Amino acid sequence: MNMLAQKTEPMAWQPVCRRDDLVAHSGVVARVGDAQIALFYLPDQAEQPVYALDNRDPKSAANIIGRGIVGQICGDLVIAAPLYKQHFRLKDGSCMEFPEQRLRVWPVRLNGDHVEIADSPV
Amino acid sequence: MNNYLATSNDLPTLIVVGNGMVGHHCVEQLVARGAGERYQIHVFGEEPLRAYDRVHLSEYFGGRDAESLALGELALYHTQNVHLHLGTPVVEIDREHKAVITRNGRMTYDHLVLATGSYPFVPPIEGAEGNSRLVYRTLEDLDLIRAAAKGAVRGVVVGGGLLGLEAANALKSLGLEAHVVEFAPRLMPVQLDDQGGAALKAQIESMGVQVHLSKATGSITAGEIYRYRMNFAGEDFLETDLIVFSAGIRPQDALARQSGLGLGPRGGIAIDNACLTSDPSIHAIGECAAWNGGIFGLVAPGYQMARAVAASLCSEDAEAFTGADMSTKLKLLGVDVGSIGDAHGATPGSRSYRFIDEAKSSYRRLVVSADGKTALGAVLVGDNSYYDTLLQYVQNGIALPADPAGLILPRGEAAPALGVDALPATATICSCHNVSKAAICSAIDEGCSDLAGIKSCTKAGTGCGGCSALLKQVFEHELTARGVEVDKSLCEHFAHTRQELYHLVRVEGVETFEELLAKHGKGHVGCDICKPAVGSILASCWNRPIMNPSLVPLQDTNDTFMANMQKNGTYSVVPRIPGGEITPDKLIAIGAVAKKYDLYTKITGGQRIDLFGAQLHELPDIWGELIEAGFETGHAYGKSLRTVKSCVGSTWCRYGVQDSVGMALRLEDRYKGLRSPHKIKFAVSGCTRECAEAQSKDVGVIATENGWNLYLCGNGGMRPRHAELFATDLDDETLIRYIDRFLMFYIRTADKLQRTSVWRESLEGGLEYLKAVVIEDSLSIGDELEEQMQMVVDRYECEWANALKDPEKLKRFRTFVNDKGSDPDIHFVSERGQRRPATLHELKLVPVTEETA
Repeated sequence: MNMLAQKTEPMAWQPVCRRDDLVAHSGVVARVGDAQIALFYLPDQAEQPVYALDNRDPKSAANIIGRGIVGQICGDLVIAAPLYKQHFRLKDGSCMEFPEQRLRVWPVRLNGDHVEIADSPV
Repeated sequence: MNNYLATSNDLPTLIVVGNGMVGHHCVEQLVARGAGERYQIHVFGEEPLRAYDRVHLSEYFGGRDAESLALGELALYHTQNVHLHLGTPVVEIDREHKAVITRNGRMTYDHLVLATGSYPFVPPIEGAEGNSRLVYRTLEDLDLIRAAAKGAVRGVVVGGGLLGLEAANALKSLGLEAHVVEFAPRLMPVQLDDQGGAALKAQIESMGVQVHLSKATGSITAGEIYRYRMNFAGEDFLETDLIVFSAGIRPQDALARQSGLGLGPRGGIAIDNACLTSDPSIHAIGECAAWNGGIFGLVAPGYQMARAVAASLCSEDAEAFTGADMSTKLKLLGVDVGSIGDAHGATPGSRSYRFIDEAKSSYRRLVVSADGKTALGAVLVGDNSYYDTLLQYVQNGIALPADPAGLILPRGEAAPALGVDALPATATICSCHNVSKAAICSAIDEGCSDLAGIKSCTKAGTGCGGCSALLKQVFEHELTARGVEVDKSLCEHFAHTRQELYHLVRVEGVETFEELLAKHGKGHVGCDICKPAVGSILASCWNRPIMNPSLVPLQDTNDTFMANMQKNGTYSVVPRIPGGEITPDKLIAIGAVAKKYDLYTKITGGQRIDLFGAQLHELPDIWGELIEAGFETGHAYGKSLRTVKSCVGSTWCRYGVQDSVGMALRLEDRYKGLRSPHKIKFAVSGCTRECAEAQSKDVGVIATENGWNLYLCGNGGMRPRHAELFATDLDDETLIRYIDRFLMFYIRTADKLQRTSVWRESLEGGLEYLKAVVIEDSLSIGDELEEQMQMVVDRYECEWANALKDPEKLKRFRTFVNDKGSDPDIHFVSERGQRRPATLHELKLVPVTEETA
């Protein structure tokens, strides 16, 4: 089990999909209420193997972030948006090229076979 | 909606008046500095559209629409606590009560930033009205010009400055006979000297724009042949159908006058070094502001002011605004024009070097100090490749070489660019994002080891892109200075070229990215540069299904989902139609699928049919039906063989000498699915009339009486190149042998994303060398290349058929892993009987006003 958020209050977790819905080294998308959340699974990253970010690309206004390529640039794990190739850091959703673009990030954890996210973004 | 409510929380209110380029940049800078957490920010724009790029306004007539001219991201105005009110001019400022007044009511402010810009100056000329008094400033102005141009033949621009020439370009692109009338005795009197102006005039006139100098328009009356007649001093006149005034700008300072703010001696809102007006809670920036009495009519100084104000409002150290460099480099009507520093040699004692080429109407002037040691300014017409180096000399006071003339003389090969080591750490490399040499050095020291990383980390080179060459030089020089061999690394994870990686994969039999990264790379993850490149190499070498679990995460999104992502996140689907030959039944089958899934249908340039608008979860069903009807994937998504275009050839055509369709089918069947450094296109023509346009393809085959002529390394697209004749009168088997060897040799040696045309141009020894390798087998690798190709051919399998057989692979084709629905944000509208993505406008994503909560 991986606790990822460093909050003091207990947070409410909700299951969004199963572990085998995830695709290793890549992303899938889950729908939670009105939000679309891109889930990236990096099984080799012991510290944090799953990341949850907004699926909406601020540049194109299309819901495509979950279909980008996961990579590492200057030490940061990033997702490259598939249409215009700008990079967002997985840890906080910040954009390397355009600081005004930012993705929301949800605390996320693996709980047995379930992938769970917190009920509100960080 | 009569009165805006007072702000609903405790944050102070910051109001920005004006959503032009400078106002927008200020908001961008504020948000980047976290101002959304300190202020409620309200932005008021007079125009109905959000900020757009005025610098490239003339492209509006070249086909760019208002949306593509829009600056930055709409998302900026959806940031928390940022509110955009468009089409809402501020009509009054009540400084006593610290409030602005619009037609919707009052809103109080704690801080106010005025970025109201400027308006075009139209001299008072008798008879100037309607289509004889057009201006060139806003998209609305351009719409008026376009309307006036309907049925018009000739158009005149009054004013031969920078904007005037842009306007002339706009008239030209509307198909009008364009004339420029300038009051001064030369064009661009502010930036250019006499000879520079003359060179520019000669170049512009050779493009069909007529220039009239030293002409003052006295009155405008009805014309005889054209609609209007412009009467100059004396008997002189010029007739025209419309007149655009571009005779300078005036600061838009009406609000300042109304509210009693201090003004500059020649208008404009007076500001100090902190861009503060006479009221300490009001800043002014851009063309509406007068610093030291002067207005800065370029975008860069406006951006400089915007940055300074954003920093000070966020309590950061703000750089004082102490004037701006008015150096400028641009392309006017296709002509390079550059002006740096003291272009006129106004500094007492200064001396000039001049180079004049009357044959090419090219001109360069370098102004140096009295002692000849420092450069003060320069004028360039015809060739801006000298600009960057000269600008660095002038801006950074770098000591001139013994013979400064060398800096503007024509040179044989590459630029004798200023040694980048001579640049001081403070030298600005990227002026769009204000990145200094020192910032680039520190990014390198923090571990950025490739150019892409530098661009990501510093944003240098991501604005206009004009500094790319200089940035690369600085970067490579700094690496060398740190004892790092300047590498052609693929990215920060592989210190190898694509060619070297290919060899490692081939020689060591590497079949996975992880293995290659572990043996020859850095880190455990890779990135969006190396993953697709290695994925392509693995496919070229081993041709395993790209949907295999270890290969999936390497692919670009198009390869991952085996379809082409379009702007709204939907995909297009292209079934293979080899040689462009298709039976009526198959056409009907495509039509039935398109109809069932409501796909927009268009014929491609490669003789096949593209089906647009499929959502991710629909792709397997669509392909199931296409495969059922006998289709295979067309690889339109891959860096691989696309199509083999053909004419009908000897089967039907009275001129055809060989069966071009038959050969096209054979070639397409052999090379389909071949992954390569970039896409590859073929064509086969049945006779020398060349209806299949084979000479614009990577591989072109043209029938002769005796067999086939082979052409290689052509390209259409962005940089067209004619294919070169490689071999003549080949029989079928030899033709295929040569193509096998050629393609495999290209795959082996080309760089990442290098088309055959560029590869061929960079090939040492050129065409003769390529002939030696392929025809004479000079490297003794002919058999090997053929065997490698045969293996790829033997392992071919339709990727879609493979994926459809495997439920594991199909799991990826779900829009949502926890919901069977489709993406609710994808909207279509109907146009010409088919559906297409709704534009942002149609979605009303651009709110006209957004009220505070």
